[in-house]
Amino acid sequence: MLKITNLHAGITGQEILRGVDLEVATGQVHAIMGPNGSGKSTLAKVLAGDESYEVTAGSVSFRGEDLLEQEPHERSRNGLFLAFQYPVEISGVTIANFLRTALNARRENPMSAMEFYGLLQDRLKELKLDDSWSTRYLNDGFSGGEKKKNEILQMMLLEPTLCLLDETDSGLDVDALKIVSEGVNRMRSPERSIVIVTHYQRLLEYINPDYCHVMLNGRIVQSAPGIDLARRIDEQGYELIREQASV
Amino acid sequence: MSDTQPSAPDLLNIGSYEAGWHDADARYSFKAEPGLNENVVRQMSEMKNEPKWMLDFRLRSLKHFEERPMPWWGGRIDVDFDSIYYYLKPDTGNNRSWDDVPEEMKQTFERLGIPEAERRSLAGVGAQYDSETVYHNLKKEWEEAGVVFLDMDSGLREHEDVVREHFGTVIPPEDNKFSALNSAVWSGGSFVYVPKGVKIDIPLQAYFRINADKAGQFERTLIIADEGAFVHYIEGCTAPTWTSDSLHSAVVEIIAKPGSRIRYSTVQNWSNSVYNLVTKRAVAMEGSTVEWLDGNIGSQLTMKYPSVMLVGEGARGEVMSIAYAQDGQHQDTGAKMVHVAPGTTSRIIAKSISRGLGRSTYRGLVRIHNGARGAKSSVDCDALLLDRNSRTDTYPYIEVEEDSASVGHEARVSKVSEQQMFYLMQRGIEESEALALIVNGFIEPITKQLPLEYAVELNRLIELEMEGSVG
Repeated sequence: MLKITNLHAGITGQEILRGVDLEVATGQVHAIMGPNGSGKSTLAKVLAGDESYEVTAGSVSFRGEDLLEQEPHERSRNGLFLAFQYPVEISGVTIANFLRTALNARRENPMSAMEFYGLLQDRLKELKLDDSWSTRYLNDGFSGGEKKKNEILQMMLLEPTLCLLDETDSGLDVDALKIVSEGVNRMRSPERSIVIVTHYQRLLEYINPDYCHVMLNGRIVQSAPGIDLARRIDEQGYELIREQASV
Repeated sequence: MSDTQPSAPDLLNIGSYEAGWHDADARYSFKAEPGLNENVVRQMSEMKNEPKWMLDFRLRSLKHFEERPMPWWGGRIDVDFDSIYYYLKPDTGNNRSWDDVPEEMKQTFERLGIPEAERRSLAGVGAQYDSETVYHNLKKEWEEAGVVFLDMDSGLREHEDVVREHFGTVIPPEDNKFSALNSAVWSGGSFVYVPKGVKIDIPLQAYFRINADKAGQFERTLIIADEGAFVHYIEGCTAPTWTSDSLHSAVVEIIAKPGSRIRYSTVQNWSNSVYNLVTKRAVAMEGSTVEWLDGNIGSQLTMKYPSVMLVGEGARGEVMSIAYAQDGQHQDTGAKMVHVAPGTTSRIIAKSISRGLGRSTYRGLVRIHNGARGAKSSVDCDALLLDRNSRTDTYPYIEVEEDSASVGHEARVSKVSEQQMFYLMQRGIEESEALALIVNGFIEPITKQLPLEYAVELNRLIELEMEGSVG
């Protein structure tokens, strides 16, 4: 599904990713943990094609194609989805209008209004969101938790093959965390991969990833199957890993 | 035979302006010499068989136009008045049946979607081609209710007393240089009268098309809503893309009698060669409401400030305007609210979008006279800049003589952020479509006030403007 090889990237002369290697097989769920400034959010944004970052070396193959050659909208149409850490507010654009535009952008023939609203209603129900949600302006005046739920809603509707979740759990209370993780679990499928970028192991307890990775100073320094690595970090912090990796 | 071509090949030449083609086979039964003088005015008036008072009105206006200097403020007006054709009479009468409209013109209006609009959902339609109205029709039920919807020339012939009583009373020729010009050479436009208590629940529409090169279009519209009446009048405009300038200088006078409500919606989509210098003003009497909804896309320069004179107690005025300026375009638009009577309220919502080297200016005046007790006004201007070199200016004038009045003013300038674009594109939406989505969201508070098909049309225009201008 996704193969990252020696990826270097940064912003105006400052290198943030210093040789990331990561491979995610189809159907797997991976978690990337790391302290502030380790580069995990940068990795997510670089993969999605954020032009504020410059890729200086390395390669990324996504579903057998060169990801870095593709425009952000092409990456999306090819199945890559980023749930943003800070979703952007766009006033005057209703969620329904936005989602329909996004959905039709990846389809040969546009979906009929009836079919779309049926689909939207089902997804809203699954996230325990009211019907009126779809008439709200995109993230406009949303609380932190509402914005994150809105990201999950988009993910569930667009049905990507690779989901990148960038700190989707930050700023969520327990109830919201449960709804979000249920949404993510529902997305799990043998045809889909999920990469979760997070600070805390809290969300991972609900999701049970196949692999955990630790990122430090722009590189993945430790990887292990299951959730154990995440639990260890929760107990001991990053210091031990930092010493072991001597970075 | 007409050489009107399918619209697609034209689009390549003119960027995204869809209405930039022209009808090369158009025939004119009369084309005045270019330039303006007493002779042209007399000739026009005679051909129209006008009463003497109208000729005198025209001549008085011409004199004022010649004497009046150009406005010192606003945009750069660089019109060669001597090269403009002031009167272009198409070779047809004013038709009531669409079948009688000459083939070339019919094709023109059909390409612009006019007859389709009428079939769809309008109470009446008028179509003007250069100087003269070529088609006018009002649905029977409204005619029977006593509603008058005619082109202005027929209005003058058939309702001379009413016209004489009101014509030029809201906007006298001496108001400004271009109201003087219009008053001298006006032709076409609409005359609307809605009798007491009659509420026309679906809109009337007039469509103005400039076809000829270096043409001047000077339509004149007078709308009177009698006590308790309601009417929604919609105006649409386009012109071909010519290399030399055209001039569109309309005057619209509105009279809202006590308890009536008039809504006037405009979607102007001019080509880059058009100077659009228009005076629009309403008088709102006791308990009446006047709403101007004004969308300005295109033109080289637009100067237009719809106004409401709130002369009756409790009268209400509203202006919602959208201006979109791109390379080589200056939209100098805004609104004017004059509170004379107590308890009057007004609201101005102005939104402008500047792209490339486009420039948009908000220019507005709220004046509250002494004695307009408890008058309230709120002004909201929002400017959206799409590019680094785009420009916007705001000139909000507020003059309050009355202590008990309250006036609020808010102005904001915003830019489309890279984060917004990235967010939308990450969802698979292409750059031009993402930009159109943001811009349409920006004007949404105004478009949601329009009847659905016009909101859709305006959104579609914005989408077209965005195509080809990105990348």
